[in-house]
Amino acid sequence: MITTQNLTKTYNSQTVLNIKNLEIPKGQSFGLVGNNGAGKTTFFSLLLDLIQPTTGHIINNEVQVDQSEAWKPFTSAFIDETFLIGYLTPEEYFYFIGELRGQNKADVNALLANFQDFFHGEILGQKKYLRDLSKGNQKKAGIVASFIGNPEVIILDEPFANLDPTTQIRLKDIIRDLASKQGVTVLVSSHDLIHVTEVCERIVVLNKGEIVKDIVTSAETLKELELFFSGNEGTESAFSERNTSL
Amino acid sequence: MLKHFLNLQRKSFFRAASFKTNLIFKFFMGFMALYFMVVFLSMGVGAFYLLENSGLGDPLKIVNQFLIYYLAIDLAFRYAVQKMPITNIKPLLYLPFKKAQVVRYSLGKTVVSFFNLAHAFFFVPFSIVLLIEGYSPLGVIGWHLGIMALFYCNNFLNVLLNNKDSILIPLAVVFAILGISQYYDYFDITQYTAFFFDALYDVPWMAILPWALLVGLYTAAFNYFKKHMYLDAGLAQKHAVAKTEDFTWLDRFGNLGLFLKNDIKLIKRNKRSKTTVLTSVFFLFYGLLFFTGAIETYEGPVWKIFAGIFISGGFLFTFGQFVPSWDSSYYPLMMSQNIRYKDYLNSKWYLIIIATLISTVLASPYLYFGWGAYVAVLVGAVYNMGVNSYLVLWGGAYIKTPIDLTSNKKAFGDKQSFNLKTMLLTIPKLLLPLLIYGLGHYLLNPTAGYIFVALTGVAGFAFKNIVFKQIEKVYKKEKYKTLLAYKQTS
Repeated sequence: MITTQNLTKTYNSQTVLNIKNLEIPKGQSFGLVGNNGAGKTTFFSLLLDLIQPTTGHIINNEVQVDQSEAWKPFTSAFIDETFLIGYLTPEEYFYFIGELRGQNKADVNALLANFQDFFHGEILGQKKYLRDLSKGNQKKAGIVASFIGNPEVIILDEPFANLDPTTQIRLKDIIRDLASKQGVTVLVSSHDLIHVTEVCERIVVLNKGEIVKDIVTSAETLKELELFFSGNEGTESAFSERNTSL
Repeated sequence: MLKHFLNLQRKSFFRAASFKTNLIFKFFMGFMALYFMVVFLSMGVGAFYLLENSGLGDPLKIVNQFLIYYLAIDLAFRYAVQKMPITNIKPLLYLPFKKAQVVRYSLGKTVVSFFNLAHAFFFVPFSIVLLIEGYSPLGVIGWHLGIMALFYCNNFLNVLLNNKDSILIPLAVVFAILGISQYYDYFDITQYTAFFFDALYDVPWMAILPWALLVGLYTAAFNYFKKHMYLDAGLAQKHAVAKTEDFTWLDRFGNLGLFLKNDIKLIKRNKRSKTTVLTSVFFLFYGLLFFTGAIETYEGPVWKIFAGIFISGGFLFTFGQFVPSWDSSYYPLMMSQNIRYKDYLNSKWYLIIIATLISTVLASPYLYFGWGAYVAVLVGAVYNMGVNSYLVLWGGAYIKTPIDLTSNKKAFGDKQSFNLKTMLLTIPKLLLPLLIYGLGHYLLNPTAGYIFVALTGVAGFAFKNIVFKQIEKVYKKEKYKTLLAYKQTS
């Protein structure tokens, strides 16, 4: 579904992303983890053609994203609050996105009905504009909006941050369901290792812009990731061990 | 402590994203500021002699008579424009500053604001002239200090008023009634207030009274803020009750209607855009300067077209100028959604066209000045729709100033609302039609001038598709730069 080749992004001679080759098949739930500055958001921004690659390209369902805009109808995303229109009510926002994606009001309402649980009565019919909702509720609205119009690729940057525990659990079910039952390719980034290991079939670890791990999730994955991020593995570990022993 | 505050202030000023504009614009702005200073200074000096020669009597007495209205207008103007000092308090709340210090600093900041200093440009030279003309020095000093205190009273009154709408409206009504009754000679408040202002000169120690009032108001403002320095009280943002609106009547326009709906909501629900639309209404009155012959230089024939363009193009210039910027806060959404530039630009274009038509209809009272005046408006409108509508959309691609729609900042000093770059961009939009008109007017006759300008506009309509393709290309080319610029909200 998504093919990345020789993709780099450089700012003033500092390379923030360098991916030689990355294939994400259709219907995979794909997790991207890494510390701050690892390049997760840069990768997602490149996928959405919000920034231009320095070299290389991404092909999304046979469309090269920095050349054609044909990827837009089947791709949707929620990256941050710049994907929300603050002066609309949540309903108006959903209908707006719906119309852009060829869904009428009834279609959107039918979809929203599935998320009553997820919204927890705090989104619809609140007489509030999106800008006046709490951060968590804004996020819920943005995430659900990205499900509108049967997209084939959904990109969610840090979807679990700012959400309450109940919603986190529900979101995990939704994402798993999307990938396994509906064949949607879901790309998720997170700082929370537990969440990604629970949700994603495959986890890629980015470090300083490069892929350092590409794991098919199994029972041991969480341990492996924790080991990696605690710095007790590989070349960096020798350094940190020496430091701690001093 | 104060050192920290001043340091923060300095950094926030010099590091603001909008400050890093072109050096030439900075010079231009400095020049403009200087120009206005000179104008005010010469007004202060000249006012005395102007009043003396007008034969109305003692200039000081005349100033005193109308001072109450001057103060009232000052207060109204402050209320509309002066920024409240609460911004940027939030991050200071939990730091080891005493609350009193933060409040004192915030209020102190308002003391040195332009709104207080501006009056000095008139009153200082005026007082100096009074001294030169042989008025009692002690009296002039008493009067000057007293008046100064009253302006500062306005400053703190405004701080209090800004939090209580319930006071301002009755106050405005009272002043309006007083003004009307003075005009019709029913009742003259100025006799009573002038008596007080005269007394400031005759009995200089009376200046203590306004100073006492000032201290009182300062204390009130201080206490009010100190008491309300909580996130859910004085620092809370007011939320409007939202209503979902459908505008189903726009559905028949398809994708165009979808964007128009959003644009109407954008204008209705955001402070910045509402202010902009109101400003555009003032453009309607701009023609009065031309057609009443109020300003001599504007009586040349070509200026009629200039007026016509301004009268019908208020919305075009104030709103159209910033076209992609209105959507800056959610531009990444627009760029990754299933949106074609053509639809997006088209809806903005229609919005401009509709607004221009409305302005043209609203401008029909200019018929009072004869057909010539209104024809100028009509011709200006055709040119605006046919040519300028493209130019603003095209220019908008390069502006890239993110707009904070929710911003409650009211100051004109906010460079976002008064951007000289955009002002300069309007020049080609205004000079070209003048040239075209001038060609017709001086080579043939005035009617030919009008026809030439109107034809240019009509020709613009004919080329819409071609022009739109070009504008689309510009927008696509600028996309990444624009996205990056909008990220840097200050």
